[in-house]
Amino acid sequence: MQYDLRLMIRYEFDRPTGAGRQQLRIQPAQMPPQQSLLSCEITLTPEPAERRDFTDFFGTRVLEVVMPPGLKRIEIAMKARVVRLSLVQELDISPPLARLRAELEEVTEIGAASPHHFLWPSPRIPADAAIAAFARKAVEGAETTRAAIGALGNALHDFMTFDAKATEVDTPPAVAFALKRGVCQDFAQIMIAGLRSLGIPAAYVGGFLRTLPPPGKSRLEGADAMHAWVRAWAGAEAGWIDHDPTNACFVDTDHIAVGHGRDYSDVAPVTGALRMDGGQKGSHSVDLVEFPPVVASPAPPPRPAPRAGG
Amino acid sequence: MRDATASDPADAVAASARLARLLKDYAPLPDTPDEMVGPDAKLRPLWGDFAAALARLTPEDVERRRARADQYLRDSGVFYRQYGGGQSVERAWPLSPIPVLIDEADWESLIPGLIQRAEVLEALMADLYGENRMVQGGHLPPALITANPEWLRPMVGIPPQSGHYLHFLAFEIGRGPDGQWWVLADRTQAPSGAGYALENRVATSRAFNELYAQGHVHRLAGFFRDFRDALLGMRQDRDARAAILTPGPLNETYYEHAYIARYLGINLVQGEDLAVENGRLMVRTVSGLSPVDVLWRRLDGSYADPVELNGASRLGTPGLVSALRAGGLTMVNALGSGILETRALMAFLPKLAPRLMGEALELPNIATWWCGGAAERRAVLGAPGRLLLSPALATGLPFDQAETILRASSLTAKELEYRLTTEGRGLVAQEAVTLSTTPALVDGRLAPRPMTLRVFLARTAGGWQVMPGGFARIGATPDPAAIAMQRGGSAADVWIVSPGEVPSVSLVPAPSGPYRRMGPGALPSRAADNLFWLGRYIERSEGSVRLLRARNVRLAEAGKAAAPILAAMTPLFEARGIDPEPGIPAGLLDTLSAAIGSAGQVRDRFSPDAWSALADLAKTARRMAQSVTPGDDAARALSALLRKLAGITGLVHENMYRFMGWRFLTMGRLHERAMGMSEILAVLADEKAAPGALDLAIELGDSVLTHRRRFTVSTNRDTVVDLLALDPSNPRSIRHQIEALGEQIRQLPGAMENGVLSPLAGVMLHCQTELATQTPETLTTAALWEFRAQVAALSPLIQEAYLR
Repeated sequence: MQYDLRLMIRYEFDRPTGAGRQQLRIQPAQMPPQQSLLSCEITLTPEPAERRDFTDFFGTRVLEVVMPPGLKRIEIAMKARVVRLSLVQELDISPPLARLRAELEEVTEIGAASPHHFLWPSPRIPADAAIAAFARKAVEGAETTRAAIGALGNALHDFMTFDAKATEVDTPPAVAFALKRGVCQDFAQIMIAGLRSLGIPAAYVGGFLRTLPPPGKSRLEGADAMHAWVRAWAGAEAGWIDHDPTNACFVDTDHIAVGHGRDYSDVAPVTGALRMDGGQKGSHSVDLVEFPPVVASPAPPPRPAPRAGG
Repeated sequence: MRDATASDPADAVAASARLARLLKDYAPLPDTPDEMVGPDAKLRPLWGDFAAALARLTPEDVERRRARADQYLRDSGVFYRQYGGGQSVERAWPLSPIPVLIDEADWESLIPGLIQRAEVLEALMADLYGENRMVQGGHLPPALITANPEWLRPMVGIPPQSGHYLHFLAFEIGRGPDGQWWVLADRTQAPSGAGYALENRVATSRAFNELYAQGHVHRLAGFFRDFRDALLGMRQDRDARAAILTPGPLNETYYEHAYIARYLGINLVQGEDLAVENGRLMVRTVSGLSPVDVLWRRLDGSYADPVELNGASRLGTPGLVSALRAGGLTMVNALGSGILETRALMAFLPKLAPRLMGEALELPNIATWWCGGAAERRAVLGAPGRLLLSPALATGLPFDQAETILRASSLTAKELEYRLTTEGRGLVAQEAVTLSTTPALVDGRLAPRPMTLRVFLARTAGGWQVMPGGFARIGATPDPAAIAMQRGGSAADVWIVSPGEVPSVSLVPAPSGPYRRMGPGALPSRAADNLFWLGRYIERSEGSVRLLRARNVRLAEAGKAAAPILAAMTPLFEARGIDPEPGIPAGLLDTLSAAIGSAGQVRDRFSPDAWSALADLAKTARRMAQSVTPGDDAARALSALLRKLAGITGLVHENMYRFMGWRFLTMGRLHERAMGMSEILAVLADEKAAPGALDLAIELGDSVLTHRRRFTVSTNRDTVVDLLALDPSNPRSIRHQIEALGEQIRQLPGAMENGVLSPLAGVMLHCQTELATQTPETLTTAALWEFRAQVAALSPLIQEAYLR
């Protein structure tokens, strides 16, 4: 499947800013074969004073910009073309949970793809006893690691209510869990805390999600979203498996990944330091459209519209 | 001198009797080696002269010598910060005046092992931030690295620009029961103590000056000189500078940062002084951005850059990692070097050394087991006897974190097994250390106390160099666990004693080529800002003291009759935010504290004498505030404060090099004085002011005698305004301040570009012209207030142009 992806981020400031350094993690990942980036263009308005890019530890492309001082508005526009293939494994080749640790100990590599980074508490995902207890219960009876991953994701989906107003970007997972409410970031971070408590290495993935319109309705501009989900390690052979607890599904061709890390702080789309003494407003919109546009295709298979929201 | 060397044979007999008594009183602990007394209970030859000299001293002599050392430390303002109960306070430096003596040959046998350890750590650092062969080969458990907060992932794959990750290290070492040295901890992040070692040296040599002079003690200056040259040598371009990065005055070892900066003649900067531009690190100065090529950081790595490292850090510089990625500077030590301090690494270092270097570790470290491995858990369970459990990823010294340490033997076998199975990966077991003892003064007598030694290594042009000396920590009690300074331990100097003469060295390198006077580097903006405010606060204090003294003198002399003139002064106190009722008002103490605060930010550029005078003044004022009563008592106390203030002004202005820093300090003073005098005249030379107000103005302007000489008449408004506002020859007049301020501002960088005045210089010139054309008649009360507002507007302009 080939997509045209557009992202637009706008900031407005009450008072002109001082000079500021920003790092943008918004370029879709190059992850052949399931995801290939054909082109990507990022434009900032106004033009940054400095601009360079690099690949961070976990393999995410980072665009670093220094904005000139005195701005009241910044616009970041990203345009990309991405090919996404469905590579969901039909066969569950993951080991039973009890054997995962032994497989993990065989891995002595600690590069970006190593599971070893994702077993420990991380800055935004500390260990939590309540989540651990929930996770233990949710995976009872799961025969394989993959089954356990799916079971926990589904259990969380049933337990939590999607609510864009209940939490903030820095709400700790334990708080969202106690509220039983949150957005994709909360779902993902709670699931990661649960998986880690079970000894399953789990990473946080940032990216985009296509939102299909309800049958018979046409697609709305900007209806797609920035999104977050979970990448869990299911043993040496099965490797990494992406699961989206917000939508209770293993990830397929509707998800476009930007990158992964230990938690949100490793893949936040915009980080940086801007000297400000006043309020700011931000907004963003995402469009993820199949290319070439699908003309007169058969009606999409009936399935619930995925929920998104980072 | 009573403690002069004895030459008389009778004296010699008496001296040896006293030495015998001293040794009899000194009882080394059982099964513990002592530095001064051998296993045969005999004095070691190395200590012969020192012990003999000590034996000749009476208890009073000893006390006098201790006092001399303490006096030095107090005068220099040496302190460290103690944390506790949510607060931190400055503490006087706890020096044990008896140095630790180490034989040169013993020391030299230690050096190859220390240097080898430095090389092993460098190789391990390169591996952990490079190919990670040690983990890949199964020689190091992945968890120790991936779960480690000191492993800074953004630094992986960024090679150090200088070719080396490590440049300055410290090892904490101790002597075990068999007399061999052991490494207790590696300090690789931002080792502190080298500056304190220098201060210990000066203080100790004050106490035992003749012994130090004649004792063939290796000097420290050469080590620092070579390291400074190495720092400067790593610059990519000659115009760039090297700087020391400090977290600031609230850090526990800030004193040392300022001291080292002053000693080496290198800039001391804080994160906010720095900026990154086009991949290059710059320091903000009063002349704009100026490049920094080498940064010796005294800040933990994760705090160095809020963009890529700890986002909550307010101490860092946005873009520092980016500058390192671009190869724009050398960091001493590389960011991420804190991982080498990880306690559990000590368990692996002996096995890693042969793989990294092809040779075995020469200098053993304290026996350590990482409890994440099954074999290690069995070993610990098998013989928990003298083992201590502590967090595997802890950094720092075990005895500085006593609360995190657990004796394995305090658990039942079952409990121990449970802890090891459930949390083994997070635990290390280490053998409890026995430390050698060294003599310390306890209640005026020598007593053996456990000691550890911090030794320092610097990478110089000729390779690693070991400081010939160090920093000893002396326990407060015979228990080796109680050696932490936060728990009452003290510090001592370390003398490496040579059998022959030692070469004398100084920090100044031998001249090469013709003499060339070095221009001082541009002044960092934050330093300029603090100096400007220091000038303002000192002047404001002086003005307030004069006002308060005048008030209290009148109160004492005239009592109730003084009411009208006291009421006339009220607006002046209000303008300063001072309630004048108490003898020494709180408002004055606040201004003095603000002065101390500003001075504390620039201790590296501030004369130590002026600093102690200022600290003394603030202390005196606080003490006075407790007891001084209004009236005569207060007037006298305020006169005393005024004299102290004059002393400070003298120390600062007479001794400070006439360059940019002095200029900003002076500008602060002139600016404040111009405003103060405008206020005084606006209030006291007003038509409706109470009788006696004009005389009061003359008194506040310290111009009583001048007035008498210049005008044969008694005071009237014209003579007073002329003398205090318009007469350029009176150093207290507004005109004098404004002319001098104009002169300073014209000298600032960028004051005039292509014949065009800067906005600041323009406003300044306007002020000067305005005042020059006034007469006592035109300079009415309204005009004085108006002029004061014009002067006040200069401060934000100065701020805008130079201080941010």
